[in-house]
Amino acid sequence: VGTSNRERGLQRTTILDAHPRNREEADKYSVLLPTYNERENLPLIVWLLVKYFGESGYNYEIIVIDDGSPDGTLQIAEQLQKIYGDDKIVLRPRAKKLGLGTAYIHGIKHATGNFIIIMDADLSHHPKFIPEFIKKQKEGGYDLVSGTRYRGDGGVYGWDLRRKLISRGANFVTQVLLRPGASDLTGSFRLYKKDVLERLVERCVSKGYVFQMEMIVRARQLGYTIGEVPISFVDRVYGESKLGGNEIVSFLKGLLTLFATT
Amino acid sequence: MTKLLEWLLGVSLVGVAWGLVTFDLLDLQLPAAYKEVAWPMPVYLLVVFGCYSLATIGYRVATFNDCEEAAKELQAQIQEAKDDLKKKGLKM
Repeated sequence: VGTSNRERGLQRTTILDAHPRNREEADKYSVLLPTYNERENLPLIVWLLVKYFGESGYNYEIIVIDDGSPDGTLQIAEQLQKIYGDDKIVLRPRAKKLGLGTAYIHGIKHATGNFIIIMDADLSHHPKFIPEFIKKQKEGGYDLVSGTRYRGDGGVYGWDLRRKLISRGANFVTQVLLRPGASDLTGSFRLYKKDVLERLVERCVSKGYVFQMEMIVRARQLGYTIGEVPISFVDRVYGESKLGGNEIVSFLKGLLTLFATT
Repeated sequence: MTKLLEWLLGVSLVGVAWGLVTFDLLDLQLPAAYKEVAWPMPVYLLVVFGCYSLATIGYRVATFNDCEEAAKELQAQIQEAKDDLKKKGLKM
């Protein structure tokens, strides 16, 4: 008739342990979202993240790192925090635009997860792939999982012939020179173990596209394992994205630097 | 070793081998056929590599997946998200 509190406690623990998600989920995934003028996109990307993480049952948090956006991105983020809770939406803004590498460092400092997901906040990366990243990581115990547009059924939407040519050409040159063991080096949709990301960001000195490339190259140098998941990249739902001569030149400079120094 | 050094090493080895055969530097008295084949090899290999590169890049560009459905799905989800967020009180 009267079960003691202790016995009831044990029963409750057993029932909860039986639920598959509660058993494994010491894992927590921190999504880093560096933002600059993403007032329109931020609510949408957060909604999608909440949807797919919610469905998957994994424990997560979204860390918004806004670099003093003049368009009110931070205010929108605060509204989202009220809607979804400040355990799920974490705000760590900065005063001004300071660059991606430091945004990652800043984000990692405040991340309570043991895995970090980096992605673009402009809807070119779709959160539906995150459960696939997680699955891949668990399958192989990978130190990092990289989304690739160049393999399997990965691909892009919204690129003209010129853009595709430059992309494939640049990737080919990179493969020949660096033999990196990953098919998509300039992609920025990735899952890292937190300590792995920390170590890599410390060592990387490049900027822009080349920064993402350097992360993979250094990961290989340090003996980390890399898994890949095909992703679709939908370019620029809002606004424009041009790849001009300047960017190509700085890419080549960065590539040659990596070639000569790693 | 950096990738640059690997390449320099590789090119040097190939270069030495080519020089030895083409100019008979070790006085090995190789048949003339060897020299005739070896002499144009560097240019030949460069041309082959050039063609391979163009063909590979061309093939990859031609087979680059166009994610039409992903774009459509995203558009639909954007609308769904906007409606849902409005209900939850977001002022955009």
